[in-house]
Amino acid sequence: MIPLSWYLAVAAVLFSLGLYGALARRNAIAILMGIELMLNAVNINLVAFWRYITPQQFIGQVFAIFVITVAAAEAAIGLALIIAIYRHRQTIDIEEIDLMKW
Amino acid sequence: MTLMQIAFLIVSAVTILAAWGVVVGRNILRNALALIVAFLGVAALYVLLEATFLAAVQVLIYVGAIAVLIIFAIMLTERFMKQERATNEQWWVVLVASALLAAILIFLVGAVEWQVTSAEIGGQPIADLGRALLTTYVLPFEVASLLLLMALVGAIIIAREQEEA
Amino acid sequence: MLQYSWLIPVFPLLSFTLIVFFTNRHKTLSARLAVGAIFLSFLLAMAVFFTALGIEGLAEEPYRSAFSWFPTGKTSLEIGFMVDPLTAAMLAMVTTVCLMIFIYSQGYMHGDRLYSRFFAYISLFTTGMLGLVLADNLMLAFISWEIMGLCSYLLIGFWFERPAAANAAKKAFITTKVGDVLLLLGMLLLYFQTGSLTFETIFEGVNHLHPNIVLAAGLLIFAGAVGKSAQFPLHVWLPDAMEGPTPVSALIHAATMVAAGVYLVARTFPIFTAVQGHPALVPVAIIGAFTAFFASTIALAQNDIKRVLAYSTISQLGYMMTALGVGGLVAGVFHLITHAFFKALLFLGSGSVIHGVGTNDMMEMGGLRKSMPLTFWTFLAGMLALSGIPPFAGFWSKDEILSHAFDHNQVIWLVGTAAAFLTAFYMARQVFLVFFGRPRNTEIHAHESPPLMTGPLVVLALGATLLGLLGVPADMPLLGPLLGNNPFHHFIGEAFEATPFNPQVMGISISVALAGLALGWLLYGRSPLVAGQTDPLERLGPLWVTLKNKYWIDEIYNATVVRGTIFLADLLFAFDAGVIDGLVNLAGKATVAFSTLNERFDTYVVDGLVNLAGKATVAFSTLNERFDTYVVDGTVNGIGKVADILGGELRLIQTGRVQNYLLLLLLSVLMLVGVFMYQ
Repeated sequence: MIPLSWYLAVAAVLFSLGLYGALARRNAIAILMGIELMLNAVNINLVAFWRYITPQQFIGQVFAIFVITVAAAEAAIGLALIIAIYRHRQTIDIEEIDLMKW
Repeated sequence: MTLMQIAFLIVSAVTILAAWGVVVGRNILRNALALIVAFLGVAALYVLLEATFLAAVQVLIYVGAIAVLIIFAIMLTERFMKQERATNEQWWVVLVASALLAAILIFLVGAVEWQVTSAEIGGQPIADLGRALLTTYVLPFEVASLLLLMALVGAIIIAREQEEA
Repeated sequence: MLQYSWLIPVFPLLSFTLIVFFTNRHKTLSARLAVGAIFLSFLLAMAVFFTALGIEGLAEEPYRSAFSWFPTGKTSLEIGFMVDPLTAAMLAMVTTVCLMIFIYSQGYMHGDRLYSRFFAYISLFTTGMLGLVLADNLMLAFISWEIMGLCSYLLIGFWFERPAAANAAKKAFITTKVGDVLLLLGMLLLYFQTGSLTFETIFEGVNHLHPNIVLAAGLLIFAGAVGKSAQFPLHVWLPDAMEGPTPVSALIHAATMVAAGVYLVARTFPIFTAVQGHPALVPVAIIGAFTAFFASTIALAQNDIKRVLAYSTISQLGYMMTALGVGGLVAGVFHLITHAFFKALLFLGSGSVIHGVGTNDMMEMGGLRKSMPLTFWTFLAGMLALSGIPPFAGFWSKDEILSHAFDHNQVIWLVGTAAAFLTAFYMARQVFLVFFGRPRNTEIHAHESPPLMTGPLVVLALGATLLGLLGVPADMPLLGPLLGNNPFHHFIGEAFEATPFNPQVMGISISVALAGLALGWLLYGRSPLVAGQTDPLERLGPLWVTLKNKYWIDEIYNATVVRGTIFLADLLFAFDAGVIDGLVNLAGKATVAFSTLNERFDTYVVDGLVNLAGKATVAFSTLNERFDTYVVDGTVNGIGKVADILGGELRLIQTGRVQNYLLLLLLSVLMLVGVFMYQ
């Protein structure tokens, strides 16, 4: 049997990598990919908890499915936004998108 | 060390390396391809967790839909496929902070006594999951469908080409 | 049935929301909405009331329903409602009176520019009152209390274009706020000591606390009630509040808001009686009795028809406080309810008069008996009830209070009886001045008000006439058993002290009331005042002037509290300016100022003392003026500069880059994690 903590550790590493991608990359699409990684990490946690703690109930899996749904919606909207911004400002470099600057 | 554990280590090593490839490197298309590998690795982890249905969903939705969508977006913004600098000025702060976060999380994971049960999954997992989705969780299920519909419509409206005035 | 009682305040709240957001433009629709909502509340309240009547022992085991609102550390704040006989009776009274006032307002406010807004405000106000009545905890009670405070500000200042109304609104708000702050302190004290704000828990908890703490809590709550119920020394706002539209005076200043203070004391009565010997009730009784007498003397010398009623309200609230102070909870609540009916009646009646003649000044009226018959007869019923003439409602409730006082403290009884005499007298004066004789201003052509206004008057007059019979002492011969052995007392709770029938006290009450009316007739009725004739009371000389000026309380407050605050502000500013300018500068200026002062002083010695006083005043006001300039300029510049410096530094964080913000978020989370791990 694989210990639960291994899964959690892998998820933690994946989450941190995704976080790095989301916060350090300049390309908006790369940021979106980082976010997808983070969501995947969360899903690993959910499924692992389901398998090891409450295998009789499906709450963990159900939650994972909802997270996937939300991730799909987020990807669709996020990419649409990126396309729209690109069309409008000819850039997807997040450093140049600073309308909120003082 | 059991066979399962070895398999787990291999799969997770691949997944993490792929994830590393997603966030590092200047070529965004390579990042996207690495992302597909990472998604597949996560699917493999699901298989190891005996969540076969989720593994299938993972491949279908992430690899089949989201990754393809991302690649489309990359194609549409081809000028940015390769950048001089892939990261912003704060990347090293983020790197340190993320590493710190990972360290803390792993430390916590090891420190906590998890209430693991050795129970097996009973019955027909996929059928039960389907039943649960359409009975106990039918309301969130419907809400999620609505969310997808809204995302669909919203994405079309946002990304649609504005007619020239 | 009782579980639906929380809906009672929801209806008016709903109508408030609907009017504000949707129907503000449609005046008639807004009014209908408000009246319809209060009518639903009225029906439900009646259903609750009659259900409560049928439940034996509801006083000991009230219906409660609460849910946890939000957790605060170890405890959680609960919010909920309770229904006991006191609540049920108050609900019935408040919704009935409010319904009448709402109907009346449709006629009275007809054609006002802000017609819809008026109905929105009074709906919200009613919500506050009903919420307070239903609250089972101090939290909800305080929220409702403050809603009422806000609404009273909005309604008193309803005609805000008039400076007098705007000032009266400010005065009411600030004066009651003095009491509110003390009430809040009392709440905090109780919460700190008992760990809960729910009445039940508090009442249980105070039995285990140190007597001094309970005493302090009781006094702080009473202070809140003093502000809201316009007791001395915080009574000054109520007469000025007559600047609001008359239905508002009836609503806020007779039937509900001022009753809130009395109700709060009645509701938290176990806190007052928790300590052996009931020391917390002593100031309640003293302030109540004093206010009852004090306000009725002022009412003698007022010429504004509404101000007479305003001071009479203060005086009657004093009676209620007296009743509570001598332990007569039932008597106090009984008077609260009968008073709500006849005072609302009197205010609405005076509103009808004002509507008919277009002035508030009683010296301009006279002879309205013939032109406004319905108003006259209903007003007469209210007047007799207020004067304490049997069998009108006010007689029974006032007599119950006086009998109670007689048994506990004869000095308080004596003061109360004297006030009763004055009450009968000033009411007789008012009725004779307004309705009898001939019109003193021939330019006014009075007309009866529309049925929309007189209808409520009739209903309220019925209440003012008959309601008292519910509280006839059980041991009164003949009448007591005939009327069901004091059903009101039975309903509110047998546990409370019963009022014994006291023929001696009752006899004295009746005779002083009749004597008051007789004196009023002698002075104003036998030969009614004609135009230009002065008030016979002016023969009292200095006493009259004192009463006319309400004992100069407002002027005293102006000279002490208001001026004191301004002086303190000036003083503080002078200190600030000194520090900023630097010590050297200050020393130099001080020297110059001092020598100037010396020089002037010399001049003044020569000029003589009279001159000196005058010039000193001028100098002082000049000084004040300068301080004012500095205060305004200094503060504005200071705030601007601080904002400028802060903004200059802080804006650097606002890079406009989302990733920056997220990084800050991540670092903060890490810091928090660090804190938790360190623990």
